[in-house]
Amino acid sequence: MSKRKLVLVGNGMAGVRCLEEILKEDPDRFEITVFGKEPYPNYNRIMLSSVLQGDTSIEDIVINSYDWYEKHNIQLFTGESVEQIDTLAKTVHTDQGRDVAYDDLILATGSNPFMLPLPGSDKEGVIAFRDIKDCQAMIDASQKYKKAVVIGGGLLGLEAARGLLNLGMDVDVVHIMDHLMERQLDASASAMLKKELESQGMNFLMNHHTEAILGSDRVKKVSFKDGRTVKADLVVMAVGIKPNIAVAEASGIQTNRGVVVDDYMQTSAPNVYAVGECAEHREMVYGLVAPLYEQGKALAKKICQKDAGQGYQGSILSTKLKVSGVDVFSAGEFGDDPAARAIRIQDEFEGIYKKVIIRQDKIVGAVLFGDTSESTKLLGMINQETDTSDMKNISIFQTKEASGGESTVAQMADTDTICGCNGVSKGDIVTAIKNDNLTTVAQIKDCTSASRSCGTCKGLVGELLAHTLGEAFETADEKETVCSCTDLTHEEVVANIREKGLTHTREVMNVLGWKTEEGCSKCRPAVNYYLGMVHPTDYEDERESRFVNERMHANIQKNGTYSVVPRMYGGVTNAKDLRKIADVADKYDVPLLKITGGQRIDMLGIKKEDVPNVWKDLDMPSGYAYGKAVRTVKTCVGENFCRFGTQDSIGLGIAIEKKFERLNTPHKVKMGVSACPRNCAESSIKDVGIIGVEGAWEIYVGGNGGATLKAAELLCTVSTDTEVLNTISAYLQYYRETARYLERTSHWLDRVGLEHVKSVILDNKEERRELIKRMEIALDDLKDPWHEIIQNSKEQRDLFENKAVPISNK
Amino acid sequence: MKQTIDSQLTKLSSLEELPVQVGKNIVVGDHDLAVFRLQNGQVKAVENKCPHKQGPLAEGMISGEYVFCPLHDWKIDLTTGDVQKPDDGCVRAYPVKVIDGEVYIEL
Repeated sequence: MSKRKLVLVGNGMAGVRCLEEILKEDPDRFEITVFGKEPYPNYNRIMLSSVLQGDTSIEDIVINSYDWYEKHNIQLFTGESVEQIDTLAKTVHTDQGRDVAYDDLILATGSNPFMLPLPGSDKEGVIAFRDIKDCQAMIDASQKYKKAVVIGGGLLGLEAARGLLNLGMDVDVVHIMDHLMERQLDASASAMLKKELESQGMNFLMNHHTEAILGSDRVKKVSFKDGRTVKADLVVMAVGIKPNIAVAEASGIQTNRGVVVDDYMQTSAPNVYAVGECAEHREMVYGLVAPLYEQGKALAKKICQKDAGQGYQGSILSTKLKVSGVDVFSAGEFGDDPAARAIRIQDEFEGIYKKVIIRQDKIVGAVLFGDTSESTKLLGMINQETDTSDMKNISIFQTKEASGGESTVAQMADTDTICGCNGVSKGDIVTAIKNDNLTTVAQIKDCTSASRSCGTCKGLVGELLAHTLGEAFETADEKETVCSCTDLTHEEVVANIREKGLTHTREVMNVLGWKTEEGCSKCRPAVNYYLGMVHPTDYEDERESRFVNERMHANIQKNGTYSVVPRMYGGVTNAKDLRKIADVADKYDVPLLKITGGQRIDMLGIKKEDVPNVWKDLDMPSGYAYGKAVRTVKTCVGENFCRFGTQDSIGLGIAIEKKFERLNTPHKVKMGVSACPRNCAESSIKDVGIIGVEGAWEIYVGGNGGATLKAAELLCTVSTDTEVLNTISAYLQYYRETARYLERTSHWLDRVGLEHVKSVILDNKEERRELIKRMEIALDDLKDPWHEIIQNSKEQRDLFENKAVPISNK
Repeated sequence: MKQTIDSQLTKLSSLEELPVQVGKNIVVGDHDLAVFRLQNGQVKAVENKCPHKQGPLAEGMISGEYVFCPLHDWKIDLTTGDVQKPDDGCVRAYPVKVIDGEVYIEL
């Protein structure tokens, strides 16, 4: 029997989700063709705000890659839109002149952003926030311009505004009403939200009616009805959406606000259905994601001629705001209605507000601010119309403490969604925990994708894990294991290596009962490091357990080329070295030379096979810019040249770098030496920073200029260069011995405490001597890897050669 | 017993030439391969391009019968070419035969 032809118009979340449901119901029923206007496969539009806020990349929000379409034999036309449907002949006609016949047709054309018809709204720099193109326009604008105006203080507007703040723009949010998200929040929650967002740097213009957008070609200002204006380099309109019904209208299918459908998503035309934001069901048009999923399910059953029951019955609206650092939830009714009763909890110290609205003993709506952990449970109670007449208030807001340890997830139905971004239900997670013996939230994330996107459901996933595992959870989750290959912590692995005298990674994994035979990319480098740290003289480093950068002794770049950074002690160079670097750059066509933050020259874009020759021609030591090792010691010019310099910072910086170069550490270690408190070498954000004062050096530790900015703390003040070197020796060796692999000094210091470290390396003279001694042993045998590889043709061939062989002929 | 070498096989290299547990990039005609000699003695070959951002898999870390992409740590099964959860996708995996210490691939 030949397959029925199914055409889907619209390649968005609603349509493709419906296809997934259809494939689940009956994978072989249809020959499927999909038309999408955007030049992408199906992506998660609700995650666009995370892309804009910098939490994820566009590639990461693709839900179904091209491979998925291929795997299911779905013919996909992107960048092509359907213009007309001939409902009698059963064909669709596209803007590219293509005609395709159908037996069944699904309209999932979504909606268009509503653009206010203001004078000047067609100017350059006025956009909506709807698709990847808009997202890209905002990112591009932020590189050239400073000031953004977002029109609309609803969900989408606030998410856009937060994203623009993250992109470094100044943001005014213009709202016509006197409170934000007025369609989801009551006045109290809205006021708390506004306060929180203001503290994040958003500026609000409430009760402002936009009148016009001014500028010659590009927008320059926005003017309001009261005559005021604000500067704007970019205007984002986020005032609402309107269903895209153009095709349906052009084809004589009944439309109202949206394409009118019945409970089985059937339109007025035979065999033509509609789902998602373009569909109007019982006079409702939905702009949120959950209803789309429910509609998709109902339609899939109908179209596959399975028992569709009562079909789609409409959805209760619920919303979560996805703005970094703010938890907001709203579902169903939220306003103050005299005919309904409400339970309220408001704690302005903690910034928590909760309100549940009850009508005739049924929960009909809720608003949560600051703590949304009960949102899923409340939504379930609203959907199931739970009778509350014999419930106490306290059990509606059921915290763990109040319910005697009973978790909020316990009463959820298996079909209730835990992770809205990825559509993962309670049942999915429980099954995964049981079938795959999962014991951590991270494993659940890896296995089911729950909490992988916006992360707001992480707490709930944790509770579900605890609830499912019961008593087994106590032991399972308390410790942070090295990775999922083992139940042991970093400390336990190190202790076992010492006690049992283990000497090889395979031996460690074998003896300590690793769950995988050869570990993974997390534990292998860690175990390799620990073995080298415990046995500094005997252990033979395993190159195969090193991350590519440390195996190749150069930094891998996104296009597979490498970057090479020669050692330049204290940031000091000379004409001869510079000339050499320039000559090598010419010879190997190095596309980019750049000074690093640590005052070194980075030669970027070197082909893999050229790397050993570049080292050879440079004939300089490796700068270790790729390693979990001592990197650079940045210096200021100091007493020799500077009017303020009180000490020889260059001399000390060079001495430190020469002493500790090539030392392996749990994570990278950056240092700096400044000759005076003006601190030109930025020593206060280094792992170890030295600042010269009259007659003494101050040693600062635990600073970090990276992902988590942290100022270093004063460890001690010493008077001689030798004392500086010895103190660093003791400090770094203690870090090497007690930090977890990949733990920066700042995190390590937070964990063990500065006072504790002081007591070990400063007060305990005996321990200090031993640490310094062990450091000397570790430093004793280090060799320059570049030099070693140049001498070793097998290593060069193994690591850097690209081999080419001809295809053999028959 | 001497096996007949199938005419569709292309010789990649000798087994000796492949470093253990460190990938090797070998280009055969239009095929850009990442070839791995595993700890357990098997040899595997996959397309040298992670489906995520085209990372060179030959330079990834190998554990058991998996390679971890050097760019963003995607985990790929060297036998099937399947990307492991939570990521999705696959690379082409090529059948490999080792005959008399020589490594052959079926294109």
